[in-house]
Amino acid sequence: MVSTTLEEKLATVRFRPDEVPHITVDGEICKDCTLHSCVYACPANLFSLLSDGSIVFSHEQCFECGTCYVACNREGAISWRYPGGGLGVSFRDS
Amino acid sequence: MSVSFDVVVVGAGPAGSAAAMVAARAGRTVLLIERGAYPGAKNVSGAAFYAPQVLEALVPRFWDSAPLERVLTRRAICFTSPSSSLAVDFKNAGWAERPYNAFTLLRPRFDRWLAEQAVAAGATLLCETVVDELIRDGSGAVTGVRVRRPDGDIEAGVVVAADGVNSFLAKQAGLRGELDPHDVSLGVKEVIGLDRSTLEERFNLSGDEGMTYEFLGSVSGGVSGGAFLYTNRESLSLGVIVQVSSLAERRVRPQDLLEGFKAHPAVAPLVRGGRLIEYSAHMVPEAGVRMMPRLYGDGLLVAGDAAGLCFAVGLYLEGINYAIASGWAAGEAAAAALDRGRTDAQALAAYQSRLERGFVLKDFRRYRSAPTFVMSERLQNVYPGLLTGLAEQVLRSGPEPKRKLISVARAELARAGLPMSQLVRDLVDGGRAFAW
Repeated sequence: MVSTTLEEKLATVRFRPDEVPHITVDGEICKDCTLHSCVYACPANLFSLLSDGSIVFSHEQCFECGTCYVACNREGAISWRYPGGGLGVSFRDS
Repeated sequence: MSVSFDVVVVGAGPAGSAAAMVAARAGRTVLLIERGAYPGAKNVSGAAFYAPQVLEALVPRFWDSAPLERVLTRRAICFTSPSSSLAVDFKNAGWAERPYNAFTLLRPRFDRWLAEQAVAAGATLLCETVVDELIRDGSGAVTGVRVRRPDGDIEAGVVVAADGVNSFLAKQAGLRGELDPHDVSLGVKEVIGLDRSTLEERFNLSGDEGMTYEFLGSVSGGVSGGAFLYTNRESLSLGVIVQVSSLAERRVRPQDLLEGFKAHPAVAPLVRGGRLIEYSAHMVPEAGVRMMPRLYGDGLLVAGDAAGLCFAVGLYLEGINYAIASGWAAGEAAAAALDRGRTDAQALAAYQSRLERGFVLKDFRRYRSAPTFVMSERLQNVYPGLLTGLAEQVLRSGPEPKRKLISVARAELARAGLPMSQLVRDLVDGGRAFAW
């Protein structure tokens, strides 16, 4: 299909997640954020806003693009580094 | 420290592999470090490789062995409104001959091949290895890298940071600050498979010839940016590239923009019947000299996307050629500095001089105001609609008397809410960005 859901898109990508998350979110810093840029900007939709205003995220299907921490307007809210060597995303056909 | 190389290159993309190849050919011991399982595993471009002469100079007749998709002979630039599109479609059969104008390629394959050329030149390639930090001496000069492995210190005469748009190394060395969300764009891309004969018929291509489409206007749904669609051998590479700040402000999800793009009436017939092969995403440094870091420090050079060397100014969307050219200059400057036994910033300044003399910094300086102009609100959201509106008014047929062009233009300007004085100012800005 040419039109695809995000789940179908992500199913085409190979991920080998690092056991240690390469992203951490400081809930204390982001608890009174009203913009939630990370929720909208992440191309894998890894950040979600809960009803109590807190952010949950997963790192397993991360493209390692860096958009979340660049988009975030709260200094120190998102700590981001590369996953371990050979881990994370591996593009094959892009 | 037990392991030591003359030159340690971080990142086996086009910049890093070119740097490693050149330094190795100059007789230096070179370690090329890649965090992916293989070179290209983490890398995404459109990908169109323009001005490939820079690679031909390093690897003669590279097209005989490099994994290329198609040789580009046709380029279309398309302005869009939600229901219409106006294309400038240029074809030159001569571009199918040497010197080739551009190729399409797939980065995981191409980058792997290019790194193999660096290895053939004598460089050592170390994959699956993340460089976490620079090692510096008491004076702050870079003397090596620390990788995320046991006993992970590697000593280097010169370190080349070709570690991509996020370049944590350039930041750590104090050569640049935080990335500004206005200066970088997010590209989301799909490779969509189409059988070869359908693809060639649909795009009017023969043999190995290929084409690129670039789209501006409503395809990016009010978010600052654009879209592209490139032909590969048996697939299409297509995507949207949108400014990170604009994406956050408009609260739009990039994957929804991508779906909207594929559904646009100018695009849907081109992708019909295709099958998704791979989805990918990557950030693109798009602000040119405005975001460029200092390019060198004591013991350190910065090349490729890490140096912001992506030339994204509407008419041109080029990065691989600048990456290779900067990597080449970095490899050469590193080797020359080591030959003289001095690797301080002053000795490495030859790197920047070389980029200033060649096309790399000449292009970026000449077009320094173009990135801001291209990303401006009116160019993004007013003029594409104005152009398609004008085209529609001029080309439509109907029972009413035909108006002359100037009255059509006046009416369209009024409809777009654009005063003539603003149009004139924008024409001058555009002229400054692109014409003189």
